[in-house]
Amino acid sequence: MKKLLILSGKGGTGKTTTAAAFIRFAAARAFADCDVDAPNLHLVTAAGGEPERFDYLGSQKAVVDPDKCSGCGKCIEACRFDAIRKMENTCEIDVFSCEGCGVCTAVCPSSAIELEDDVAGEVTLYRDPAVFVTAELKMGRGNSGKLVSEVKKTLMKAAQGESLAIIDGSPGIGCPVIASMSGVNLVLIVAEPSLSGRSDLERILKTAEIFRTKAAICVNKYDTSLENTEKIERFCADLGVPFVGRVPYDRQASAAINEGKSLADVDCPASYALREVFERTMKLLEDDTK
Amino acid sequence: MRVAVLSGKGGAGKTFVSVNLAATAKSAVYIDCDVEEPNGRLYWKPNIESETPVSVLIPEFDAAKCSGCRKCVEFCRFHALIFVKGNPMLFPSVCHSCGGCSLVCPENAVMEVPRPVGTIEKGARDGVHVVTGILNTGEESAVPTIKAALCAGGDDDFTVIDCPPGSSCGVMESVKDADCCLLVAEPTAFGFHNFKMVHRLSVLLKKPCGVVINKADAPYKPLEDYCAAQGLPVLLRVPYSERLAELGAAGEIAVEHDSEIAKAFGGLLSAIREGALS
Amino acid sequence: MIIAIPVDEGKKSICVSFGRAPYFLIHDTDSAKTEMVENPAAEAQGGAGIKAAQLVVDKGANALITVRCGQNAADVFKAAEIKIYKAFGSDAAENLKALAEGKLEELTSFHAGFHGKA
Repeated sequence: MKKLLILSGKGGTGKTTTAAAFIRFAAARAFADCDVDAPNLHLVTAAGGEPERFDYLGSQKAVVDPDKCSGCGKCIEACRFDAIRKMENTCEIDVFSCEGCGVCTAVCPSSAIELEDDVAGEVTLYRDPAVFVTAELKMGRGNSGKLVSEVKKTLMKAAQGESLAIIDGSPGIGCPVIASMSGVNLVLIVAEPSLSGRSDLERILKTAEIFRTKAAICVNKYDTSLENTEKIERFCADLGVPFVGRVPYDRQASAAINEGKSLADVDCPASYALREVFERTMKLLEDDTK
Repeated sequence: MRVAVLSGKGGAGKTFVSVNLAATAKSAVYIDCDVEEPNGRLYWKPNIESETPVSVLIPEFDAAKCSGCRKCVEFCRFHALIFVKGNPMLFPSVCHSCGGCSLVCPENAVMEVPRPVGTIEKGARDGVHVVTGILNTGEESAVPTIKAALCAGGDDDFTVIDCPPGSSCGVMESVKDADCCLLVAEPTAFGFHNFKMVHRLSVLLKKPCGVVINKADAPYKPLEDYCAAQGLPVLLRVPYSERLAELGAAGEIAVEHDSEIAKAFGGLLSAIREGALS
Repeated sequence: MIIAIPVDEGKKSICVSFGRAPYFLIHDTDSAKTEMVENPAAEAQGGAGIKAAQLVVDKGANALITVRCGQNAADVFKAAEIKIYKAFGSDAAENLKALAEGKLEELTSFHAGFHGKA
């Protein structure tokens, strides 16, 4: 199975719009949304039927038994994450800051603290008409990286016989992005020709390099700055990273997305350009002998 | 007053709003907590006054003192330690710096040493102090660098916190000590979906909120209805404009080049200062 | 020589994941005995590869046969001087035979971890 991941570094460049179009162009039967902090792919893909839902357990969280707690505060001193507060006579854990390290359980002289499972999110698996996995992290939780891995694992398991999987990634360069890169054949970076876009592009490319993942780049909304677009193309040429095309800014694109449609279903300049980017990306994927 | 600017959706205009708000205030602190992709500095082009590394603590083991009891390995809930060839071995990328291994070691064989994960850049541009948190590429967790950036910003002035996208731990950390939240909404289906997530987060943290609708071509009804129903004041509507997009793409601060936008942000700043957020 | 292989629920096929394999097959070529050990890392939060690697180290393995292996686990095996071989096909017994006949290649490329960190 070939796995294509779509990333961007900078947010808002058009990952999900691109992913949704590619899924239709390829008639892909396996795809996933790994932007677990802010998932959007489900808004533009037709997922039918009743999905399976799984609780996602993040790190365990400390829980204080108020009957046993003497209020000595040793746990507060020892906690590196400022996750414990003194409330009247007992200590209370801040579930958002707690990382489940267990240090408080070790220092409590009254054995009043235990670590318990915490549901940090939910994974949703659709199988009809195609395998589509999405997830949402509960607010303020960490462990996005692990949830991303859960989404991918669920996708791989449910879509075993498929030849292509398309994964919509998240912005940034931290753990959910790193987790999404693992084991993919190609990362398509959707860049934006602004000063921020270029700066973020360099950082995401460097991240891909550190984790030895092959990358290709396309520029979205290229006509908002021809100068920056050309700079990006030259940058790619210098680094030997394949440049797979440019997509114009197109108001029809936004309108389509708002109606829950993928660009593949709309006749507009952005759609035609995306189709070309798609063809070139698929060729790169096919040529990859991994 | 500390104002956190967040959006959920990437690209909605957090940096655009944060930078222009701080520039309008003229005397302010701008803290870039989007440490994975910090962009504020590209607009400020500040005079850099200092660069300080951000480090987390990782354990180092004294082989001479280690008795091989493995209490450290067994204690570590993140499986960052392994025991091989008679000594504990650390996987720094999985270590959470909790200090547990050092705590449970009966032989005092564990020392904690700093490992750099990012940098805090401090600078100034006219009356604005610019604090930028920059995560080292390849590092997974933004939180320690965000914490350091917020610390470096100090307490005194009108502070604008440019938050990361999303709604997970990095955003929580950025918003935790803010006085209020300015939610930047993009009037699209994706923007609205993510906007609701950060609104819920702000409500959970009991922060008064106000809304800026950015790139507003035409009103997006679901967003408008939601704000009305939730009693969320829309403090500013910035129209989609190619001129603004060009200024942004070139790294220019809009309020310094466009008098209409300057006026609009002036109104936003007053509204915030007068407690229009609810 | 003691050889470790991550295996599936059925205990006959090699598991594609090293860190989260349900069992490890441990085979001692001297005594010709084979043991099945439950993998404590199978349901682990994070660092599964590392925890699974600890099991392999503790069993005194000299060699590991696997389809793939993460960089973290690979570092452990390097420190422990355990050789990693690339599995051929999915039958564990056949791979043991192939190793004995010197037909297996060493595994040289490792993937980044799945990062269970917050």
